Amino acid sequence: MPMDELDFGPPDYKDMLPDYISKNYGKWKCHELLEPGVFKHVSETGDEVYTVRTGAPKFIASQTVREICDIADEYCGGCVRFTAKHSIEFMTPEKDNVEKIKEAVGKLGLPVGGTGNAMHSIVTCTGWVHCHTPATDSPGIAKAVYDELLPYFQRDDLPARVNIAVSGCLNMCGAVHCSDIALLGMHRVPPKVNDDVVSTACEVPSLIAACPTYAIKPKMLKQEDGTMKKSIQIDAPKCMYCGICYGICPGVPLADAKNDGVSVWVGGKVSSTRGGPAFSRLVIPFLPNNAPRWPEVVDTVKKIVDVWAAEAKPDERMGEWIERIGWKAFFDKMGFEFTEKHVDDYIFSVRDMNWGARLKGTELK
Amino acid sequence: MSLREANLEVKVVVETPLLDENEKGPWPSTVTEIKKTGYEGLLQIYELAFKDRVTHWAHGGMVGYPGYDAGVIGRMSDRHDILRDCHTLRLIEPAGWFYKTDALRKMCDIWDKYGSGLMNFHGATGDIQLIGVPTDNIIPAFNELAKEHWDLGGSGGDFRTASCCIGPARCENAMIDTLDIYQTLMTDPNNLDAMHRPRWPYKFKLKISGCPTDCNAGVARADFVLIGIWRDDMKVDQDEVKKYADGGLDIGYIASRCPGRAMEWDGETLTIDNDNCMRCMYCINKMPKALRPGDDRGATILLGGRARGRYGAFLGWPLIPFMKLEAPYENVQELIDTLTEWWDENGRTKERMGETIYRIGTGKMLVETGLKPNPTMVRAPRNNPFWFYLPGEVEE
Repeated sequence: MPMDELDFGPPDYKDMLPDYISKNYGKWKCHELLEPGVFKHVSETGDEVYTVRTGAPKFIASQTVREICDIADEYCGGCVRFTAKHSIEFMTPEKDNVEKIKEAVGKLGLPVGGTGNAMHSIVTCTGWVHCHTPATDSPGIAKAVYDELLPYFQRDDLPARVNIAVSGCLNMCGAVHCSDIALLGMHRVPPKVNDDVVSTACEVPSLIAACPTYAIKPKMLKQEDGTMKKSIQIDAPKCMYCGICYGICPGVPLADAKNDGVSVWVGGKVSSTRGGPAFSRLVIPFLPNNAPRWPEVVDTVKKIVDVWAAEAKPDERMGEWIERIGWKAFFDKMGFEFTEKHVDDYIFSVRDMNWGARLKGTELK
Repeated sequence: MSLREANLEVKVVVETPLLDENEKGPWPSTVTEIKKTGYEGLLQIYELAFKDRVTHWAHGGMVGYPGYDAGVIGRMSDRHDILRDCHTLRLIEPAGWFYKTDALRKMCDIWDKYGSGLMNFHGATGDIQLIGVPTDNIIPAFNELAKEHWDLGGSGGDFRTASCCIGPARCENAMIDTLDIYQTLMTDPNNLDAMHRPRWPYKFKLKISGCPTDCNAGVARADFVLIGIWRDDMKVDQDEVKKYADGGLDIGYIASRCPGRAMEWDGETLTIDNDNCMRCMYCINKMPKALRPGDDRGATILLGGRARGRYGAFLGWPLIPFMKLEAPYENVQELIDTLTEWWDENGRTKERMGETIYRIGTGKMLVETGLKPNPTMVRAPRNNPFWFYLPGEVEE
């Protein structure tokens, strides 16, 4: 393409909106949840729009997209919406279409739900499907967790919503740092340096500069012909296996079949409602990478959701519930071990210590 | 013949016992979808990862479309005997993620012709990801996608594809026109240049949410976030409040959890102390028919969010508590330019904007950019007596 035809940006959203949305753009008055997975939005014009939300796999085949389009053509005025969380929203101005859409998506195997006080769709990164850095397979874990927790996706009578996210590595493309339950793939050994690759394919100074703990040092290797070759060495005790270096240099891979696994974090939240956004906190530093079904991970998630669902008050997200009962009670109820790994010793650790002598009854037992 | 037809025709019987095990169960499976594409190589590489418990993907080298230095993510497997080059195309999504089906069908046709047929709506940044294109097919694939007005998105150290929530298209709480702001910023030639020709220290993510519920997760994920907000009084329909109460909603309980302690409910009337209301959206989300944001609307600008990093994870903090927004949003663009210029000048490799600010100091950033400090930036003013004076601030 000629240079002056590049850089045209996204298609105009106005061309992508169906009539029933364009007519009511900016005029919405209120909405309600009719049943799990089904919204009704009411406009000041008196128009109503019904939305059926379904879950979906992270990756979908073009064939499935066409089948989704068939449903949208028949009931939704030729428009469909894919959300930021791999969900699909089928909208219609006709109330009668809701049941028909539910039936049609059912035939496609897409579960309806993930709205209101439910388990919402799980955000995942690409994992082993198509990424070079993960310590685990996020889509595979998400699938196993979904299969076990499907009822929580289809009902909306939990104390609050549960957002689960899975990331294969510390790059956190699955945005796990602010989720109610976060599953994070962990490497546990330093990268293995491949001198040939580092010297031919990587820019050594920027590789050194990228390391957050200054664990990478330059190294010169004398070759047989007497010339010197530039590479790097890793100061193992300083390395915290973050993988930032591997992001910019293919010569320092981290994947390790024996040592990679999954960590579990809870209590994060994004929205500014009530107490505001919060980080997910570590509860289990390591679970084995037990493909293809990750039973240890699934059981842990199920347990956390079950105990929370039984004990939290209305509108208490995971983190708010824990804030009320205290972390001691949380670890006790779950039967998780609190280890030295749970106490932050990185740069932000000062903020995490519990200043003063203010301990709950459960914390003194 | 399209690549997909060819893939489906050469039906190699691939044994994938581990993937088959993952595929079982009621939730729709990624494995099923990969099988549907007929892309046996991808399936085999995925199965191998399950068997070996390590990924079999490696860096894909420098691949791209001539004239663009971003938008194509190079990926090669480490088993060239099975599958060699298998890159990703990132496409800029339409605002609010609405799709007309004819546009989607055309995209599917093109992707089947040149790529694997495997798609992802959407990646973490918000763009469309088309997974699995051989190197030789990148140019013809994008030639045809471009004819259908699908442009490449961001990757590397650049202005990443922005994203916005559903906004006024189907939400009563959108206080800014998220879709229009997105469209304006994403079609700006300078922004697109910064997206397609990476030249910044690292990625720069921008997200637009219509209200503080932040369905777009901007606070957690973006360097620069616009959040719709109002500054006059919340609108209360007392009759509708009563209806919620009669319907069994415990309004006293909601009031007890109001973070600004700004709600009072006497069983008949709901009183809002608008000066202390934190605009958190909790009560509005609980009673959407009874409570509405006010009419004096604009945006709060948050800065510096990102997941893990050198100094830990950051969440966005208010740089500007309230800004009026009107098309073509020149004030927003000006702010983006000021900040990215400062960051480009000061940032180190792989350092997100929030990290550069943290390392150099928020105060220094404010002085150097000419932006004004304000008390909403912090939970409390500093409690330690160590700080710098810049030359010229004290007498020689």
